[in-house]
Amino acid sequence: MKTRIGLFAFALGAAMLATGGVHAGDTIKIGTFLSVTGPASFLGDPELRTLQMYVEELNAGGGILGKKLELVHYDTAGQAKEAVTFVKRLIQNDGVDVIVGGSSTGDTMAAIPEVEKAEIPLISLAGGVEIVEPVKKWVFKTPHTDRMAAIRIFEDMKKRGIRKLALITGDGGFDKSGRKQVLELAPKYGLEVVADESYGNKDTDMTTQLTKIRATDAQAILNFGFGAAPAIVTRNVRQLGIALPVYQSHGVASKKFIEMAGEAAEGVRLPAAALVVAEQLPATDPQKKVLLDYKTKFEAKHGEVSTFGGHAYDGLLIAVEAIKRAKGTDKAKVRDEIERTKGLVGTAGVFNMTAEDHMGLSVDAFKLLEVRKGSWVIID
Amino acid sequence: MLDQLPQFLITGVTVGSIYALVGLGFAIIYNASDVVNFAQGEFVMIGAMMAISLLTAGAPFLIALVLAAVCTVAVGLALEKFAVEPARGASVVTLIIITIGASILLRGIALLVWGKNFHAMPHFSGETPLHLGSATLLPQNLWVMGGTAVLVIAVRWFFGRTSVGKALLACSCNPTAAQLMGINVRRMLLLAYGLSALLGAVAGMLVAPITFTSYDAGVMLGLKGFSAAILGGMGNSMGAVAGGLLLGILESLGAGFVSSGYKDAIAFVVILLVLFFKPSGLFGRGSSERV
Repeated sequence: MKTRIGLFAFALGAAMLATGGVHAGDTIKIGTFLSVTGPASFLGDPELRTLQMYVEELNAGGGILGKKLELVHYDTAGQAKEAVTFVKRLIQNDGVDVIVGGSSTGDTMAAIPEVEKAEIPLISLAGGVEIVEPVKKWVFKTPHTDRMAAIRIFEDMKKRGIRKLALITGDGGFDKSGRKQVLELAPKYGLEVVADESYGNKDTDMTTQLTKIRATDAQAILNFGFGAAPAIVTRNVRQLGIALPVYQSHGVASKKFIEMAGEAAEGVRLPAAALVVAEQLPATDPQKKVLLDYKTKFEAKHGEVSTFGGHAYDGLLIAVEAIKRAKGTDKAKVRDEIERTKGLVGTAGVFNMTAEDHMGLSVDAFKLLEVRKGSWVIID
Repeated sequence: MLDQLPQFLITGVTVGSIYALVGLGFAIIYNASDVVNFAQGEFVMIGAMMAISLLTAGAPFLIALVLAAVCTVAVGLALEKFAVEPARGASVVTLIIITIGASILLRGIALLVWGKNFHAMPHFSGETPLHLGSATLLPQNLWVMGGTAVLVIAVRWFFGRTSVGKALLACSCNPTAAQLMGINVRRMLLLAYGLSALLGAVAGMLVAPITFTSYDAGVMLGLKGFSAAILGGMGNSMGAVAGGLLLGILESLGAGFVSSGYKDAIAFVVILLVLFFKPSGLFGRGSSERV
């Protein structure tokens, strides 16, 4: 009896080894490393679901170039150190053809040296400008940058005749990067930053910082952050009876923000990806169909759609289209084709990549929204 | 500059009240068993989450709050019964590690049950700001301060005036002697965990309308409450309350008058200074006394 079980186990092990040993050639391997768990799970979770959903769909439609797609995924849990290990594994052990991933700027930046060494195309799903500036030969990205958000906000402030603004930001990476962009760009738009306050992202009350802002001659308040903190800031502003216009960043462009900030959210303006207001876009908008398609598919399976999942859709689409045009998975050819992406309609906007621009989105990919009666209204 | 002071103080006292309640929870369990219960922050989170779930399910306000408190107490009792009690006789360090494990487990369960999103709770009595001189405050701020005051007085009365409370204190002084006097030490320990969970739950429900809550909201509150308890002197309930209020006010004044970026640093530097000169905390018993 014992020997029989032993034999069976041996056979099973051998069978597993055999299937594990079958190597690429008949599949196209898309590698990805995302923060599916940990503090940045709100990014990685919808991104992975999106990738899985579309890889499945492409395969059901026969794959591309007659080959099935295979998604190889590792969870970095938001640790840049892990990202390096996993990218090495993707390249050396799994032999992937292209990498779509890196949920956060930290993860992506940590992985870039490995990608450049191995000369494999990487399409990042993270926001930071530094990923594509300066341009790196093998690195691309799909999401908007915080600089675009700042520009969009400043343009609107100028239109409203605002010259002095008070800045309040959290202590996270997103917040700090946004703050840097705001401080750098404000003078170019003739804006003076008269207050520069910060809070901890887990803080429960920001009235102290806002009381200081109230004592300045600021004409508007700009809050760069995400999570619960911006909703608390918005509530505290109204609680203190401050009547200044409030601007938020794209970090809070979800229904959850309106829900949490409640009535205090009325009149708040922010730049956001078109996905948030897909239904409200005019029928002539080229993005409308893509957005509604993605939204319906995602929501049928996983609940409320997020712009982050959209970035993964864009990344996969860019990679797949490039592989199709390159008629194969030769890494250098695929890279060249990614760089030649033109007029590709994604969820973040219309991508037009060039040798100098490895993101390919223009500033108007962001819509400027205002909260009115508990809902988003496109104002620009 | 000075006309902003009242606002800073109101903010400080509100935030400090919550730290005080969490710190008080730490102090009670520490008093009963010398164990620092690192799942205290999770009690706060569970109380708030339960209340929000029940409210969204359509339960009347008061019933939702009471039920949420009962559920949280049940979690506290279960923690003692199934995690701490089986390890009876183990060293204090082992027990503390068990509570850390329990906090991670509770957070994980909360993540599965309630997801990663933030949840908002309606204010107890409206959101119209009240004006107090140059300062404004929400009715909820008063609820937080008032609720904390009532609980603190109740806890004080419980330990000072009731025989059960005194029995609980006796367990902390000398469990063996307490047992010989006919006190059921095991039951007392269960009571301590239940009481701490109750305090945590109430703190969570009081503060949730102002701060929102999420599965990991307990981490930061637990840390701040722990700091409050240390600052006031571990093992001194009223010290923990004073420590909490002091910590809240320090943070607020630090952010207001120095720099909001160094708010936490200022508070922690003060704590370090206090511990440097008075290692047992502001109101702590000297350690020699315990021998």
